[in-house]
Amino acid sequence: MMRRTRRRKKEEVEDIKCACQNLILRSDRGRCGCSSRFSITSCSAARCSMSMFSILKERVGQILLPGDEFCCGPQDTLPLTDSGRPERLVAGPGLRRSGDRLLVSRSGVLRHKEPNKFWIESQQRRYVPAKGETVIGIVTAKSGDVFKVDYGGSEQASLSYLAFEGATKRNRPNVQVGDLVFAQFVVANKDMEPELVCIDGSGRANGMGVFGAAGLLIKLSLGLVRRLLAPHSDLRADLEQLFPCELVVGMNGRIWVRAASVQQTLILANLLQSCDTMTAPQRQQLFRRIQLGAL
Amino acid sequence: MKDTPLSNCERDFLLKAIEEKKRLDGRQTYDYRKIKITFGTDYGCCFVDLGQTRVMAQVSCELVAPKESRPNEGIMFFNLELSQMASPAFEQGRQSELSVKLNRQLERCLRNSKCIDTESLCVVSGEKVWQIRVDVHTLNNDGNLMDAASVAAISALCHFRRPDVGIQGEEVTVYSPEERDPIPLSIYHMPISVSFAFFQQGTYLLVDPCEREERVMDGLLMIAMNKHREICSIQSSGGIMLLKEQVMRCSKIASVKVSEITELINKALLNDKTARKAGGRCGFAESMPQERITALKMDQTSVEMTDVSETVSSIVQTAEAPPQTVPSPLVPVPGVGQIGEGLCNTWGLEEEEEEEDDDDGESSGGDSVAEVTKMEKEQHKDDKSRK
Repeated sequence: MMRRTRRRKKEEVEDIKCACQNLILRSDRGRCGCSSRFSITSCSAARCSMSMFSILKERVGQILLPGDEFCCGPQDTLPLTDSGRPERLVAGPGLRRSGDRLLVSRSGVLRHKEPNKFWIESQQRRYVPAKGETVIGIVTAKSGDVFKVDYGGSEQASLSYLAFEGATKRNRPNVQVGDLVFAQFVVANKDMEPELVCIDGSGRANGMGVFGAAGLLIKLSLGLVRRLLAPHSDLRADLEQLFPCELVVGMNGRIWVRAASVQQTLILANLLQSCDTMTAPQRQQLFRRIQLGAL
Repeated sequence: MKDTPLSNCERDFLLKAIEEKKRLDGRQTYDYRKIKITFGTDYGCCFVDLGQTRVMAQVSCELVAPKESRPNEGIMFFNLELSQMASPAFEQGRQSELSVKLNRQLERCLRNSKCIDTESLCVVSGEKVWQIRVDVHTLNNDGNLMDAASVAAISALCHFRRPDVGIQGEEVTVYSPEERDPIPLSIYHMPISVSFAFFQQGTYLLVDPCEREERVMDGLLMIAMNKHREICSIQSSGGIMLLKEQVMRCSKIASVKVSEITELINKALLNDKTARKAGGRCGFAESMPQERITALKMDQTSVEMTDVSETVSSIVQTAEAPPQTVPSPLVPVPGVGQIGEGLCNTWGLEEEEEEEDDDDGESSGGDSVAEVTKMEKEQHKDDKSRK
């Protein structure tokens, strides 16, 4: 159903509603968000009835597989004048735009964050470096001015000896082969060798650097690590109830734990490794049993 | 690809934990991990899970000529392969030190102990004997490959059945499994190896080290024994100094472990036998638990079952006849013949069927393609005339 406007001058903005009721046009020979071309006289918007935003919103929390697609073209390009609400989507990891369609490229659960961010949350164990992420690395070699650090990826990253707080050419940091370092990526793409630094933008360590005197390093899946680092993670809240411990969490799936005694450290390491695939009630039950000293 | 390096803090922590008699997964000092033995559908295929370490053994046999020094004994051949899927540290190509070491240990454990009666493998003395080949593949390495490999090899040998052989005078007949039931090998005893890892210059020892413990250990002692408390092979690597009492203590522990493991193997063999007899499904595919998270669901599609022969005949009648193709001429060169019954040839043999010659009279030639098409045309002609 279309409302025709009166004859208008070129400068005026049209206000035609397409058959797909949600969208409002901007220009006369424009495109409706349902990607059907039309002129002032007709709209062949038979294909679409909803916007992509609402389709995605509906499927938040469902499992999606690679190959699933959402087609119902993305919102119009920038309008000539700025009235009205454009519906923009930000496609996060696991979602990819290809022309008019939004393709899923990873298997996992669809998540949503207000106002318009969507992404696929998936479980994997192989880490791919990304700029800005903090990871735990193991120093494997010292060659001249640069340390070679293994972070669990396909190649080793390089860490300059000047990238520590307070390090100068004379004052070298005390790093040996086999030490653990907590660092962040400054260069991390598929074409270049990854580079790590142990200082942030302003030159301060901010928690990064060499560490790990007496704890244990374990390897977990990336999904569990992200859950641990999430802002209001209930996994962390459960852990707090158990016993005091120190944790260093690297986004590459490596976690360093230390508790008061060797036994407690071992318990913590085994707990973390096993609660990856548990549901929340199962996990809380397990933690409660430990608190009572059963294990 | 290189394996993840061991960091200093891990090494310190592990050594400290071992001093306090604590292991990473909560085992006691003399505890083995959970052993699971499953057999495949073929006779002689065995999978062994020792915790996360996974190993597969396959036994096969072949008739070959015997060695000249031992004309009436069969041949045993062992091969252990470190597959790349077991660990990123195992690389393809030349054999690594570990692979050579494991191969030698497996051979010493099984061949030198004479656990298999090789004389029963002889078919014709000096000419034909059975060669039994044991291939062990490592599928996942989480420490202690040697123990898993020895359990897998001996279980596969016990499970294996070789084809039955009948000798009548000079003639030797090998019966297929359908004709006569295959017979098992004759095994005297089951040697099983037990590994001990030593730390801090021999002060602490652990049985069945896992991968991280193997990385920090000083030395390894491997004792292969059978359940009758006979030692089949002892090997110590790493260059640690061991006292006599330590070795005696290890052998006592090994005898206890070996009798437990032997019982486990026998139970697994018995289960497999009853499953096969009962006709139930057995084998590798059945032993894996099915954990489905998605199920393939397809809507019902209707299949058309109407008879189409009438429409076919009407279509054929109304359709145009195919264009006439002129067959290429066939020239019979002397000495050339067409392959197929009743086709012409120049060999001068008597023809039994005269009528075929009439059809062939026009055509002649030596082109193979033309001959084939000619044969097909003959077929069509015959079919049509029959109809």
